[in-house]
Amino acid sequence: MNIPVHKYDAVIVGAGGAGLRAAIQLSEAGLKTAVLSKVFPTRSHTVAAQGGVAASLGNSEEDHWHWHMYDTVKGSDWLGDQDAIEFMCRKANEVVVELEHYGMPFDRLDNGKIYQRPFGGHMSNFGERPVRRSCAAADRTGHAMLHAMYQRNVKANTQFFVEWMALDLIRDVDGTVLGVTAMEMETGEIHIFHAKATLFATGGAGRIFHSSTNAFINTGDGLGMAARAGIPLEDMEFWQFHPTGVAGAGVLITEGVRGEGGILRNSSGERFMERYAPNAKDLASRDVVSRAMATEIKEGRGCGPNKDYVLLDITHLEPATIMKRLPGIREIAIQFAGVDPIKTPIPVVPTCHYQMGGIPTNYSGRVVIPQGGDYNVPVMGFYAAGECACASVHGANRLGTNSLLDLLVFGKSSGETMVDDIKAMPASHRELPKDAADLSLARIARLDGQKSGENVHEVRLAMQRTMQGHAGVFRFKNLLAEGVEMISQVEERVKRTEIKDKSQVWNTARTEALELENLIEVAKATMVSANGRTESRGAHVRDDAVDTPEHPDGRNDQEWLKHTLWFRDGNRLDYKPVNMKPLTVETIALKKRAY
Amino acid sequence: MATVKFSIYRYDPDKDDKPYMQDISVELEPIDRKLLDAMVKLKAKDDSLAFRRSCREGVCGSDAMNINGKNGLACLTDMDSLAQPIVLRPLPGLPVVRDLIVDMTQFFKQYHSIKPYLINNDPAPERERLQSPEDREELNGLYECILCACCSTSCPSFWWNPDKFVGPAGLLAAYRFLADTRDQATNERLDNLEDPYRLFRCHSIMNCVDVCPKGLNPTKAIGKIKDMMVRRAV
Ligand SMILES: Cc1cc2nc3c(=O)[nH]c(=O)nc-3n(C[C@H](O)[C@H](O)[C@H](O)COP(=O)(O)OP(=O)(O)OC[C@H]3O[C@@H](n4cnc5c(N)ncnc54)[C@H](O)[C@@H]3O)c2cc1C
Ligand code: SF4
Ligand code: SF4
Ligand code: FES
Repeated sequence: MNIPVHKYDAVIVGAGGAGLRAAIQLSEAGLKTAVLSKVFPTRSHTVAAQGGVAASLGNSEEDHWHWHMYDTVKGSDWLGDQDAIEFMCRKANEVVVELEHYGMPFDRLDNGKIYQRPFGGHMSNFGERPVRRSCAAADRTGHAMLHAMYQRNVKANTQFFVEWMALDLIRDVDGTVLGVTAMEMETGEIHIFHAKATLFATGGAGRIFHSSTNAFINTGDGLGMAARAGIPLEDMEFWQFHPTGVAGAGVLITEGVRGEGGILRNSSGERFMERYAPNAKDLASRDVVSRAMATEIKEGRGCGPNKDYVLLDITHLEPATIMKRLPGIREIAIQFAGVDPIKTPIPVVPTCHYQMGGIPTNYSGRVVIPQGGDYNVPVMGFYAAGECACASVHGANRLGTNSLLDLLVFGKSSGETMVDDIKAMPASHRELPKDAADLSLARIARLDGQKSGENVHEVRLAMQRTMQGHAGVFRFKNLLAEGVEMISQVEERVKRTEIKDKSQVWNTARTEALELENLIEVAKATMVSANGRTESRGAHVRDDAVDTPEHPDGRNDQEWLKHTLWFRDGNRLDYKPVNMKPLTVETIALKKRAY
Repeated sequence: MATVKFSIYRYDPDKDDKPYMQDISVELEPIDRKLLDAMVKLKAKDDSLAFRRSCREGVCGSDAMNINGKNGLACLTDMDSLAQPIVLRPLPGLPVVRDLIVDMTQFFKQYHSIKPYLINNDPAPERERLQSPEDREELNGLYECILCACCSTSCPSFWWNPDKFVGPAGLLAAYRFLADTRDQATNERLDNLEDPYRLFRCHSIMNCVDVCPKGLNPTKAIGKIKDMMVRRAV
């Protein structure tokens, strides 16, 4: 079979915030760069981000990157790597200002500077009280940011391959990454993108859960491709459940609503967060708020006929404030909850939102794996950034607005690293292995030839229900063990999916089947890693790891202050140390986490 | 559970000589509030139905289509607002690739033609460029566009001259940069539109305003560009 080969200096898979930021770096350096995306760039899910992007600009009150760093380490429940966290927090002002220069329409203060609002877990003076750190464009920050970066790429003449789906990573016998195989969705043709440097910026995989704030396209393709190519996945047991997804619909209501003064109430109208987080109250860290809500609901204080949600109340805010700062939220509440939040509180439940784990990288954006006793050996030619990567800055729990920051900082740093690496490489590409496309072709052939197989929709639903029931906000020892079994049964079904649509043109049934093969890798990694970690930390909370004096909140630093690595081969787990050493400042010492 | 009837435009160039309307029905639950929910159910039944979708909350602009004769987003269209059979067609005026998927090349070409990026040739300052809240407010109603193409594909002037008339979405974007106090390319931008077709094919028919799912008003933006041209001429 004759497969077309496209040669580029760099290939970027993904045109969300992370991919677009890296692309600016590469295009402006004059390198030949291809950016592949399943959807037109501005349709990537970064577009849905609402609340803001963190930077200690200090526009409204005193702020410092060191305080931001402290909050991020604490938010991560000390699982984040402190070198990467320092790197990110120090770079925040620079990348946010650059974004403003690209044309991002930030909201403004009276003095003309960027408007900043408070957000959960962001505090001043090492945890004292909430600080205004989130830079926002109304409640459409992600939209404004994604469009501004796409526009900058138009200016820089970046070459996009729109509606192309990457299928598999290409590695040679030395393990060096040489690009990807990809399918042009319009024609169904398979091509090879041969590159000196390959960046994954494929976003999250929230669709492994039944109820999620993520888009349909967030199917963890980068993680699936990496896992199939022998790259381990890091800290996949850590999933953030956002406190305020619209009950029943999953659509997100930003934490910015609470930043503007919104309050969570139970069935008796009580502001229950005062009991769980006396200081930060409704603006405590997300895992804390989600668990408080789940506890209220479990103990019978939920609202509605089935007592299965709580209320997010902003009826006490000025309608003018709502219209100015939260116009998109009002639209969402009317559309998806059927209430106008100016008059009626919004029914909300904790909803799967963000994956803290991902492809292991260092803060320069290089993918790193264990090899011969060293835990962080770079994979030549391979880089990752954004939600699909694990740097790790979010550790066991991400703070709101730190993800958009992560995209900017690590999108940029991975782009810079790629530019340097490519310039140091020989002019010609390394040779492609003969079997470069075999895996992808075999996957397509299997799907085309499958008879009396399984229905994609049903298998996906079985996976999502299993994840929801066995790896949710609270986790139970026996349910996790059972979940591991159940997910491997679902995996057997994934191997036998059948599609009726046999067309080569825009075959979305095929795309969904291929996406499911990626989702299942993420689901396995999550369930197995969660089953393995027998402590509670950040977003991962188990019934058998309870609050004791030695192990406050069930966190066991003696045994578990380490990153999980899941290998697809043999469903195997390994662990690596957390980097507790920042770049220039002192270690932020372990402490019990309280808000 | 309720059964809902659809009539859907189908065309797969791989097997169909010509397009046809498919009659199909689907059982829905009360939680299937939006048209997109219903379409996802339809697709579980017949996996060959092709359409774009992603965010399911009206911000990505993927699932624009012609719904009972009017352009809109499936994910923001309430099922109870629709008379049956629900007639779904691809956006009018653009080449159909398959079923409800159109070729958007021409639409994006026009968007790109207005230089949709901030132009400011001063050396970049160390901090943010300042902008007053009032000046920033000028961008409201402009920057929120999701490039769904509902407007341009309901505009008769765009149907007749998709290669020459920029269309409402592109012109809205053009005004977004003209209105930005940080942008320095006002003259260049106006020159780029000073042409019998690019701007002046708009006859203020307002179809675009009528269909925009984000409640934006391209006609008003077009009017403001025309004002700027006039003011520049005197
Ligand atoms: C509703 C919502 C609100 C949020 N609000 C905030 C917020 O206010 N602040 C904050 O900091 N964070 C927020 N987050 C988190 C943050 O938005 C995301 O983590 C972030 O946008 C992810 O960006 P990304 O660039 O990694 O991926 P994405 O933006 O998801 O982009 C992924 C890209 O990869 C492409 N892709 C994927 N697979 C393939 C493939 N196989 N082949 C080709 N291309 C592929 C896609 O087409 C897309 O272009 C929010 C998240 C959600 C869901
Ligand atoms: S007002 Fe102008 S742009 Fe809008 S539909 Fe009419 S002719 Fe088209
Ligand atoms: S102006 Fe409205 S209808 Fe037109 S592309 Fe933008 S969002 Fe869509
Ligand atoms: S699916 Fe994104 S706008 Fe409808």
